[in-house]
Amino acid sequence: MDTRRVSSAVPRVRQVGFFTPNTPAHQPAPTRSQSGPPTSDSPPLSDSPASNSLSPVMIPPPRHLSDNLGGRAYALPVPGRGNAGEHATVGSYNPSESVLWLESPPRSRIGDEELSEGTESSLGWYRRSNSAKVASSLPSGGFDLSQVKQPESVAAVEAKNPLPEKSEAQKEQASNPKSLKAKTTKAERRALQESQRAAKAASKAEANKSNAPGGAASSKPMKQPPQKKDGPPVASSVAASERGVDRPVEKERKKDLPPPRMQFDDESRVDKAKRRSLLNQPEARNRVELFRHLPPHKNGSQLPYLESKFFELHEMHPSVYKVGLQYLTGDTSGGNARCIAMLQAFQEAIRDYSTPPEKTLNRDLTSKIGGFVSFLIECRPLSMSMGNAIRFLKSRIARLPLTLSESEAKAALCSDIDRFINEKIVLADKVILRHAATKIRDGDVLLTYGSSCVVEMILLYAHEIGKQFRVVVVDSRPMLEGQKQLRRLVAKGLSCTYTQLNAISYVMHEVTRVFLGASSIFSNGTVYSRVGTASVAMVAHAFHVPVLVCCEAYKFHERVQLDSICFNELGDPDAVSKVPGREDVNYLDNLTDKQKENLQLLNLKYDATPSDYISVIVTDYGMIPPTSVPVIVREYRKEYLLI
Amino acid sequence: MDFQVVVLAGGSSKNLTPLVSKELPKPLLPVANRPVLSYVLHQLEQNNLKDLIVVVEGEDTALVVGAWISGTFIDRLHVEIAAVPEDIGTAGAIRAISHHLTAKDILVVSGDLVSDVPPGAVAATHRRHDAAVTAMLSSIPVSGPLDSGSSGGKDKAKKLGRYNIIGLDPGKQFLLHIATGAEIEKDARLPKRILRAVGQMEIRSDLMDAHMYAFKRSVLQEVLDLKDTFQSLKEDVLPYLVRSQLKSEALSNRTPQGEENGNEKVTSQNNQVFVSRILANSSTPSFHDHSSENPDGSASTRKTHKCCVYIASSGSYCVRLNSIQAFMDINRDVTGEADHLLTGTSSDPNNNIGPSPKLGTKTTVGPHCMLGEGSEIGDKCQVKRSVIGRHCRIGSHVKVVNSVVMNHVTIGDGCIIQGSVVCSNVQLQERVVLKDCQVGAGFVVTAGSEYKAESLARKEK
Repeated sequence: MDTRRVSSAVPRVRQVGFFTPNTPAHQPAPTRSQSGPPTSDSPPLSDSPASNSLSPVMIPPPRHLSDNLGGRAYALPVPGRGNAGEHATVGSYNPSESVLWLESPPRSRIGDEELSEGTESSLGWYRRSNSAKVASSLPSGGFDLSQVKQPESVAAVEAKNPLPEKSEAQKEQASNPKSLKAKTTKAERRALQESQRAAKAASKAEANKSNAPGGAASSKPMKQPPQKKDGPPVASSVAASERGVDRPVEKERKKDLPPPRMQFDDESRVDKAKRRSLLNQPEARNRVELFRHLPPHKNGSQLPYLESKFFELHEMHPSVYKVGLQYLTGDTSGGNARCIAMLQAFQEAIRDYSTPPEKTLNRDLTSKIGGFVSFLIECRPLSMSMGNAIRFLKSRIARLPLTLSESEAKAALCSDIDRFINEKIVLADKVILRHAATKIRDGDVLLTYGSSCVVEMILLYAHEIGKQFRVVVVDSRPMLEGQKQLRRLVAKGLSCTYTQLNAISYVMHEVTRVFLGASSIFSNGTVYSRVGTASVAMVAHAFHVPVLVCCEAYKFHERVQLDSICFNELGDPDAVSKVPGREDVNYLDNLTDKQKENLQLLNLKYDATPSDYISVIVTDYGMIPPTSVPVIVREYRKEYLLI
Repeated sequence: MDFQVVVLAGGSSKNLTPLVSKELPKPLLPVANRPVLSYVLHQLEQNNLKDLIVVVEGEDTALVVGAWISGTFIDRLHVEIAAVPEDIGTAGAIRAISHHLTAKDILVVSGDLVSDVPPGAVAATHRRHDAAVTAMLSSIPVSGPLDSGSSGGKDKAKKLGRYNIIGLDPGKQFLLHIATGAEIEKDARLPKRILRAVGQMEIRSDLMDAHMYAFKRSVLQEVLDLKDTFQSLKEDVLPYLVRSQLKSEALSNRTPQGEENGNEKVTSQNNQVFVSRILANSSTPSFHDHSSENPDGSASTRKTHKCCVYIASSGSYCVRLNSIQAFMDINRDVTGEADHLLTGTSSDPNNNIGPSPKLGTKTTVGPHCMLGEGSEIGDKCQVKRSVIGRHCRIGSHVKVVNSVVMNHVTIGDGCIIQGSVVCSNVQLQERVVLKDCQVGAGFVVTAGSEYKAESLARKEK
């Protein structure tokens, strides 16, 4: 975490610092053409290669800011710049944007009324367009929010951080005047600065005259290409929103840092939590030493208690309560299903929500959702994917413009949730199907473990499109989830083999691919999945069978985890010792109390598969090696916070 | 929680003939000196269910019951009293108040239920499975060891006939078969479809239907509309729903689907199917899902609904007051082992167990007895396992064992009362011997008479 935050902070500083000499090379580019690499038309300075070599490394972090906010917006409406958002040309974009951003504040500071008018009107335009089609396009959503928070965003940003701007004043001067740029490339650095200082006033006046009226004029009439027509205002608003959003996001990231997880072997904390808790925590007996810090399993003993409280939990929405019960009893399991069920319950709760008097929707609803979440956590620990979904929802609530009426806000949130389900789960799954199906060849023998809804869909899809293959379903006690999946696969006419985990090394001989699902994937590439997955992956690795992990990107998590001990979930300990329906093998039933004291049952639900054993991760952004998970996390995490 | 509670308080009851009357309808029949209805209402109140509809048979009865409720639960409960004509049955009663029902689910509770099973449990089970109907079953109450042998045998034999034959799935969550009333004597008929879908069925006769149901409103109303001959929830509606659960004609699935479509306009139909498939695949399948699968695995359009049960744990107390024997049992249990039903219910301050009233010398009052306020007992009396109401006057040398004596009863010297119910305002003159008798309100038993297993009531004028 820390390193990442630093890395994302550093490049912004450097970017400003470095492209001063470099700007001439870049600067003309956007105006003239989209010749991405600056090397072609810039007789480079002595340090330009250095900056060049730096930029590919350093650009990605700032890129996702500008790309998500600006780059996409550019890509959409301007036909001529269709490729603007793509990777190759991004390099040339950053400077121009930042330059444009840097340009505008000084101008408004100079006290030009018409400019501030211009920006304001353009901002107003944005706001209008946004309230018209709430959350229809990603970037505008971002603008909208930041701007409503601070209507005069430019001025506000300025007021907020005047210091960095003053410190950057020099660089502004360097990069500001477009007319000077050709000259400066040829000039010595010092001479450049001198001349720029001299030219500063003139250039600003020039820029004001030329740009501001144009911006004001062009921003009003057309709706379609806002980016093309008025460089300065939009860019400034992009930059401003970049600023405005970036700060809260950073803050949020700090806030979103998972709070230190409750360690259940810390007695004082457990006591405290017990008092707060809705459910009474069961007294865990005889837990395995190593796993005492994990929340004890809450099984049947909780159910009657929760049931008897049914009518007393007024603050709990019925649908949330139902989902909680289903988690508790295990009626709903599986990462996607739990996440969807939770989101749909929240959706219903939001629909029935009405803001109490003297409270604001944003705050009250957030705390309400928080209450729901803690209830669900008490029923069963959340999965990473659900944590991500909750984070998304909360950020959406927090970013609701205050101007929206309650019904509008509720509708917006509901459609956000729908969109999350559609884009992050349904469409992601469909993309994964396509990707993974390309890896299935005729004659393959595919092995899968347990029951993963994505893997199942892949198999069915591949079968549908006529691939000839065989499936080995490996399963394990006590969940025996594979059987459910097996039933559906066999019903669809797939040829299947069913075996238990113990036999994995025997069946692995004939297997050509292993498809696994995942509950979550951490940034170090560790796959967190149903217990047993690690053994399957390791055996496959030993037999040189490729292991494909299929997982939607919303399940990625920035945490780094090396083992499955520090974070895991405990299942019902009795489930491992008892075999339902087999009275004849219940050897552990009639233990005396003394014997029971010596017996500790462990039923772990998840395990962590090291990235070494994974060949490829199939996700909705494509097939990536496990080492690329942090890239996805870094690049796309913002995006779904900002959808 | 989107539940509406309907308390079917009833009116007069044939089973309890000498005890209940126009003046004292069944809901107000005192159990341990509190009207039986108060147990239900109190329990609902404890569970935070404060908006109730109490359905009473007959206008006059409704007035009496309404007066009592508003007097006792004033500003604690919000109760609507609905009067329905007599003899339309429970289903008819619901039909009559159908237009009052608006919530998603309806909890129907019988007014004569004395139980400590939280209604929330039934509701939660209902919600969890998204069931059409959830019934609460409880184990048949055993007549306690304290029961006097003479009264037990015959009544028990009678009682067993009235209980239900219930078929459950192996997980004891779903109701597969229920036979009630007269049907028990006939052959049990099981739909083959259900048997095939479940594979295994557990038939039990040691459970009884406690008459606490959670219904999905849409289903209930539809069934009542469709089948206007249905008289009783227990004997008609519930068995019908159970029988038809795999070929639901009640169309229970239609309404929620309609809602879903309304909710998710944004998502295309395709995505919706996708989502529902994810959800369906990951949830524990019940036999309903299997049966609705066609052989080729695709889900058919056949509609099903779920009939769930909540089986009260063996430690909880759950009895219906529907016979004189049950009345005796409840009185005994409530003062005895199930006395937690009374504690904390200080709505009537006179509910005290133990001898606060005036007792004569050498009078013994055994454990598990209740003496109402203002009662006087003369010298050398014996009271064992009995409930004595308010303002009773009992002479000396009286023996009261296993009996219920209601309010304002005068008992002369030397009476012996065993296993009997003596209603209000009864006058027992001297040396009366009652054994297993029921004495209706206002009756006067002449001195020296001896009755055994008889029901004595005043002639209606």
